Amino acid sequence: MIDNTTSIAVKNLKKSFRLPHEQHNGIKQLIINRIKGIKGYEKQQVLKDINFEIRKGEFFGIVGCNGSGKSTLLKLISGIYTPDNGSIHVEGTLTPFIELGVGFNPELTGRENVFLNGALLGFDNKQISEMYEDIVHFSELSNFMDQKLKNYSSGMQVRLAFSIAIRSRSDILILDEVLAVGDASFQKKCFEVFKNLKKEGRTIVLVTHDMNAVVNFCDRAILLSEGRIYAEGKPLEVSRLYGRLNSKKINDTVSTRKNMSPVEIKKITISGSGNANENFIKPSETITINLSCRVYSDAEEPIIGISLSRSDGLRLYDTNTSVHKVKIGRLKKGELFTVCFKIENIISDGKYIIDAAVADKEGVIFASKKDTSAEFIVSGWDYPSAIIQPKSRIEILSRIKNAR
Amino acid sequence: MKLNLFSKKNKSLLRALVVTDFKLRYQGSVLGYAWSLIKPLFLFAIMYLVFGLIIKIGTIEHYAVYLLLGVILWTFFTESTQQGMNSIINRSDLLRKISLPKFIIVLSATFSALINLFLNLIIVLILIMINGVELNYTALLFPLYILEIYFLSLGLAYLLAALNVKYRDTGHIWEIIMQAAFYATPILYPLSVISDKSDFIAKIILLNPVAQSIQDMRYILITKDTATLSVVYDNFAIVLVPITITILIAFVGSVYFRKSSRYFAERI
Repeated sequence: MIDNTTSIAVKNLKKSFRLPHEQHNGIKQLIINRIKGIKGYEKQQVLKDINFEIRKGEFFGIVGCNGSGKSTLLKLISGIYTPDNGSIHVEGTLTPFIELGVGFNPELTGRENVFLNGALLGFDNKQISEMYEDIVHFSELSNFMDQKLKNYSSGMQVRLAFSIAIRSRSDILILDEVLAVGDASFQKKCFEVFKNLKKEGRTIVLVTHDMNAVVNFCDRAILLSEGRIYAEGKPLEVSRLYGRLNSKKINDTVSTRKNMSPVEIKKITISGSGNANENFIKPSETITINLSCRVYSDAEEPIIGISLSRSDGLRLYDTNTSVHKVKIGRLKKGELFTVCFKIENIISDGKYIIDAAVADKEGVIFASKKDTSAEFIVSGWDYPSAIIQPKSRIEILSRIKNAR
Repeated sequence: MKLNLFSKKNKSLLRALVVTDFKLRYQGSVLGYAWSLIKPLFLFAIMYLVFGLIIKIGTIEHYAVYLLLGVILWTFFTESTQQGMNSIINRSDLLRKISLPKFIIVLSATFSALINLFLNLIIVLILIMINGVELNYTALLFPLYILEIYFLSLGLAYLLAALNVKYRDTGHIWEIIMQAAFYATPILYPLSVISDKSDFIAKIILLNPVAQSIQDMRYILITKDTATLSVVYDNFAIVLVPITITILIAFVGSVYFRKSSRYFAERI
């Protein structure tokens, strides 16, 4: 559905890359491969069927872990890569800033670099002349424009490049990790600029790891994971999911085995020590987590673990049966069992997430079909402003009157 | 894909790339752009000394200018094909980060070579005057032959640039081919050196568009002693052979380039 409020429409987008086995761009290798009848490369599907739309004037965020395909998506939208399948419809002029100062030449003056960079970004001379004053003014470098770029400090170069990015008059701006460069004051300036761009009603696509920026500026965001859109919606929700996805990833760092787990966690119940409400824990209670598991195939000594995270993804604690030297032993197909974790409640008021996982006896986590996580709320602490509430005592050790 | 190849922004980009390249060429040297004129002058001095005074091959009049024109045109051919061939891989950082019309990059590289050629030709013209070469109206055909050799170079540049992205051996192979081709083309020696031994080989050599256009340019500018294609074959229509080769190479080169340029960013 493409109407005149659509700025970018991405449909059924697929992209794969050839990963060469060895040095592929040599004649020798080509001939050897031809003779042996091998392809010399492997296909890697980076994006698998991506569909979304960005409306005009929207501040749109694309987030995802490293390798989730977000840079590839950005390059496809920018026209740097060609899609294998599907279509990308872009309404209006689009300027990508995958990196600041692309094509800057140290031997040219600031002015010459502005014109060169502008031409590379697809503006004609007249357009660049029109925005030149604005760019120079914004960069606060008017006294240096006739100096060679090599005599600029690195901060000045970034300022100039960023000014071109921000002051270029295109309908759609694509910004990739621009927030990663520059010091705190520069980042502050970036944020101010973003607010203004939003007011101007320009369409902006921001790709970043910085959830703060996503929550503060984006109207909508998508979360990419393994080449698919994992979530789409309000920035706050997306950033929360990103946090959870990330903590799962950390959990899986060793390597995730793709074969299905012999043990599946069917249900997670979280309660206080009393018979109070489920998923609602009071300060005096112990956090009790019951994992109901079903055995699908025989397994030897699996490890079952949980991790506790705050709703924004910050990992607070994790533990597992192996750490506690709890032996599960040999499991037979069809068995049902429940593992109970009891954790002292020292966390402040707020929303928390429990992620559960099953690993083999070497600690390699099994992939799971289902979302093995659950939420709970802690409430009732007297002073809930800090993160943790450990037991503490204060004593006054000595008291001397009239001390000199 | 817009078919407007020379839109305003493409022209601006082309100009920006050519101007930048030219500005950077003599960056930091005291004489600057003057080098563009000094170099061909010294080349002439050397040729005059070596081939005019020491080794005398053949009996062609104004042999030093004749040589200079040949060498300059050959230099243009090597420069434009080699710079064009490397232009894409040299800009790999750009191509990975922005979307720009790739054909402009190759075009700008050949334009730089073209500017160099024009500067060199100024020196050739001055030397033609000094040497008292009589120019006649056929000299007006000169731009047409420049166009022919330029189109051939451009077509080859597109073909080689695209091949070079895929196989980095292309650059080395082309270098070898160019070295062989230099001696297979009557640049340093008059064609009579070959035709005295084998008329057949001389005829084959002249079918090469580079040899044909250089000889024709020498013929119309410098001396009627030049053995051109139509003179050797005694038939004007034979010139269609090198022209067809040129058009064919230009066509194949641009089509192949266009087809593979969509994947430059990821394969480079």
